Amino acid sequence: MHTDPAAEVFRGIRAGLPVAVGYVPMAMAFGVLATHTGLSVLQAGGMSFFVYAGASQFAALGLLAGGASALAVVLATLVLNFRHFLMSVALSRRLPLKREGHPLYPVLPFVLAFGITDETFVVASMEERLGIRYFLGLITTVYLAWLSGTLAGAGFSSLIPPVIARGMGVALYAMFIAILVPGVRKSLLNGLVAVAGGLVAWGASLAIPSVPGGWRIVIAILLASGLGALVAGGSADEIIREESA
Amino acid sequence: MIWVMIAGMCLVTFIPRAIPMVLGRRVVLPGWVRRWLSFFPYAALGSLIFPGILTVVEGRPWIGLAAGGCAALLALKARNAIFPVLAAIAVAVGLQLALGT
Repeated sequence: MHTDPAAEVFRGIRAGLPVAVGYVPMAMAFGVLATHTGLSVLQAGGMSFFVYAGASQFAALGLLAGGASALAVVLATLVLNFRHFLMSVALSRRLPLKREGHPLYPVLPFVLAFGITDETFVVASMEERLGIRYFLGLITTVYLAWLSGTLAGAGFSSLIPPVIARGMGVALYAMFIAILVPGVRKSLLNGLVAVAGGLVAWGASLAIPSVPGGWRIVIAILLASGLGALVAGGSADEIIREESA
Repeated sequence: MIWVMIAGMCLVTFIPRAIPMVLGRRVVLPGWVRRWLSFFPYAALGSLIFPGILTVVEGRPWIGLAAGGCAALLALKARNAIFPVLAAIAVAVGLQLALGT
């Protein structure tokens, strides 16, 4: 990485903005729901601060409202968020943690790992010049959006009219599409894998409605990317793309 | 009790996120696993977009599809994802207003 360090961080921040636009309304909805479920503003904010995993936070509220025990909520959280293990495996191959002598080196992997969400994973994965500073800029931006959205939602109830809130619900999907399109233009196989991923996730939700959303994604990732790897066979370009990081 | 629960949620979310990142490249993976990993982002994107995009507005799956289609068209031109995102929000809000909520 020979570019200016500050510019690297700034590129990450800019890449985080579309994610932040999607996170704020979702986090506000979480904050509102959390206070309605009986959590204090501090507890709602604390959950976003310490757990930082949207789907499982909503699930926790649903379980609490249904009278579930704390243990049940923790187990459900483990099941829902295990998909981040797969994402962390993939990202760890591309984030070069080489500077062993650096004073921040021992904590850096933990900081980077805490920032892994569905959204930061896909944004970072599509970035060809992925570096640690870029990733730090990205995850800090979206983390602050999640946190401030939660506090705003919990503290001031709903500031956003429902029509706008529902409209903003499309933001993350639009962002996923916007980062998928360039990848598909690079190679149709990428598009094929994405379509397979969507179909597997859909099929899993129809076949076993009780399977939690997180596992639909785990199943879809393993099967659809396996298909991609089989079709790609020995063609070397994918491996080179990863090794060059 | 809520704080104990939050601490538990924090641990079970953080540990799976952290293990691969801490081990990093010290684990050497064979070529076929790396090829498999290289497709993870695309498979994840597909499963994150579909079928969720159908539920943006409850009972009106085509509003999500229209907004998503608009984002896809703009993404062919735009360098940054922010323009497709803002346009998709505008389409989703506009369609709801035009058709009544």
